[in-house]
Amino acid sequence: MSMSKHTLSVLVENKPGVLARVAGLFSRRGFNIESLAVGPTEHPDISRMTIVVGVDELPLEQVTKQLNKLINVIKIVELEPTTAVQRELLLVKVRADATVRSQVLETVQLFRAKVVDVSPEALTIEATGTGDKLDALLRMLEPYGLREMVQSGMVAIGRGARSITATAAR
Amino acid sequence: MTSAPSRQAPVPGATPPRPGPPPKPAPPGGAPVRVTGSASLVRSLEAVGCEVVFGIPGGTIMPAYDALLDSTSLRHVLVRHEQGAGHAATGYAQATGKVGVCMATSGPGATNLVTPLADAYMDSVPVVAITGQQSRALIGTDAFQEADICGITMPITKHNVLVTDPAEIPRAIAEAFHIASTGRPGPVLVDIPKDVLQETTSFSWPPELRLPGYRPTTRPHGKQVREAAKLITAAHRPVLYVGGGIIKSGATAELRELAELTGIPVVTTLMARGAFPDSHPQHLGMPGMHGTVAAVAAMQKADLLIALGTRFDDRVTGKLDSFAPDAQIVHADIDPAEISKNRRADVPIVGDCKEILGDLIAAVQAEREHTATADLEPWVTETSSWRETYPLGYDWPSDGALSPQFVIERIGQIAGPDAIYTAGVGQHQMWAAQFIRYEKPSTWINSGGLGTMGFAVPAAMGAKFGAPDKVVWAIDGDGCFQMTNQELATCAIEGAPIKVAVINNGNLGMVRQWQNLFYAERYSHTDLGTHKHRIPDFKLLAEALGCVGLRCESKEDVDKVIEQAMEINDRPVVIDFVVGKDAQVWPMVAAGTGNDQIMAARGIRPLFDEDE
Repeated sequence: MSMSKHTLSVLVENKPGVLARVAGLFSRRGFNIESLAVGPTEHPDISRMTIVVGVDELPLEQVTKQLNKLINVIKIVELEPTTAVQRELLLVKVRADATVRSQVLETVQLFRAKVVDVSPEALTIEATGTGDKLDALLRMLEPYGLREMVQSGMVAIGRGARSITATAAR
Repeated sequence: MTSAPSRQAPVPGATPPRPGPPPKPAPPGGAPVRVTGSASLVRSLEAVGCEVVFGIPGGTIMPAYDALLDSTSLRHVLVRHEQGAGHAATGYAQATGKVGVCMATSGPGATNLVTPLADAYMDSVPVVAITGQQSRALIGTDAFQEADICGITMPITKHNVLVTDPAEIPRAIAEAFHIASTGRPGPVLVDIPKDVLQETTSFSWPPELRLPGYRPTTRPHGKQVREAAKLITAAHRPVLYVGGGIIKSGATAELRELAELTGIPVVTTLMARGAFPDSHPQHLGMPGMHGTVAAVAAMQKADLLIALGTRFDDRVTGKLDSFAPDAQIVHADIDPAEISKNRRADVPIVGDCKEILGDLIAAVQAEREHTATADLEPWVTETSSWRETYPLGYDWPSDGALSPQFVIERIGQIAGPDAIYTAGVGQHQMWAAQFIRYEKPSTWINSGGLGTMGFAVPAAMGAKFGAPDKVVWAIDGDGCFQMTNQELATCAIEGAPIKVAVINNGNLGMVRQWQNLFYAERYSHTDLGTHKHRIPDFKLLAEALGCVGLRCESKEDVDKVIEQAMEINDRPVVIDFVVGKDAQVWPMVAAGTGNDQIMAARGIRPLFDEDE
């Protein structure tokens, strides 16, 4: 059964244990988090989580309602891919000796990625973009040999001038 | 034994010690004063209106207990086990509508509160638990009696908090009481490290609440209410499906008004027994696994369910996809997450039931002015005929043993509708829900959601402290009673003359019933030996715990012994009712089957065959 992906922006109080509350709620109610990113906002008392969850419409409503019941959760907004900017960060170490280095660098340029570290045998590449773009980059780099990679959870922000934190901060 | 002279053991013949707190002093206010964290805690509890605390001291909570000794308005009840403290807080809260408070030390003290907190969470009971915690510097080091109680209780509390700054104590307590008692009520745990209690800080009241993420909706949406009124006026086979939320919001008068205005039949769930008088002609009884045929059938055949403060629990709906197949759903609840969780609502109404019902009554009246009201006469006749054809009943055991249902029925008839009844979990609980006639809210206190064996005695104790002038009966089973009867010592010493009916069938009766029905009569480990060996001897046990112990083994003695118990008010009474082990709870919808499969009694499934 295929489930649709939904991106939730969750504004929470910047207090200890809030991440555990949110993560625990997902697992005990049987929802799977595909990606999670947490960071500060422009308000010191508020943190923002971007949670990608694979659920159908009805369980999504339930998980949103349950999240809203957590006392430390201030606001939840679902961000639609068409009206939001979504980004993930990828750091990947690619095997690249002198014989293939120029080809690897060409791929890096095509994807507007950056080389952030060089050694005789490998390049470390930094790339940001949507999950699809990063997947495509990885497919291109794979033949050279992926030594190690690390990827962030997705962060997302709505397009346009409106702010979801402005009202939440009171 | 600690402070007040009122806490002495009862002297036979002397005036019974009266449970309940002395009058409350004026809450402190104004300028901050310098106090210890523990004094700040006690002052905060006093200021927030707390009257009784159930608890046990221990290492990390000792500073709080030291401060408690100086309080003139807080009554502390020293229990025998923290689980008893938690259930007592729940019983107190359910009997009074106020927040119940329990207190325990860190580590095992706190983990012993896990069961009652989970219980209060499932049944939406306003409880505040205060636990000691290891000093801040030791947290995370596996120190003596350290347990991450906030982590442990995260899934079973409405909220919890570790207080790391003594200046935050008043706010933590004020917020805990606010969260516990508003919106959908629930338990809140406040964990306070020992050194936070010891440190000097400043206390001022009232503190400012900082809960930006907590704004429960109490006012219903007008459009949804009007929509519901339309469906109610048009429905031909409506049922008012009433849950515990009606009692918690104090909306029983409004419920009755709506029911009588519309003539719609009413069912009351296990948590809502007493929300609508059992004697009322529109009442069809309790729905669900062991509900009445009339209540279950009415929901199955309904074209509209008006669900009020209830959550479509699996014990009510049976197999969800065959539950009330033709019914549209109006679902009113204060918790938006309950709406459409199990059954999709056609008209969702989020709000406090009291306000919803007030608006709904007005909306139905308005709707009736310009729309013809559907004729409910055929429906009322049909539902009433089910009630008359399949009344609750029981057979006397063929072996001549005492019938447990008869005992419970007689207790209800003799103690009457003003008494408070608590129950443990199992057969006796279902019989107490079925055969006692409830006429008033907050007179039936049980563990509905979690199904906690051992709930009855400590809950009855809590209820008695909350309502000292009422007769409080704990209807218990012999299995349940052996889990928490040590609180009878608390009752005897602290002055809570409750009455306990041990419905002693010598077995874990409900499990035995399932073994009889679904496990080919293979009775694996359900015989407790209480009949065979008379271990324990409940009469002697009761006496050892400072109670009057009575025993009844025959039908002729039932009334006499109940009346005897009713006359004893200076100490708790325990009656060992030795009853037959083969009595079963009927009607029954077997787990995993649909409500259409309800059996009025073993092998009798007459209801739906008529239509086929």
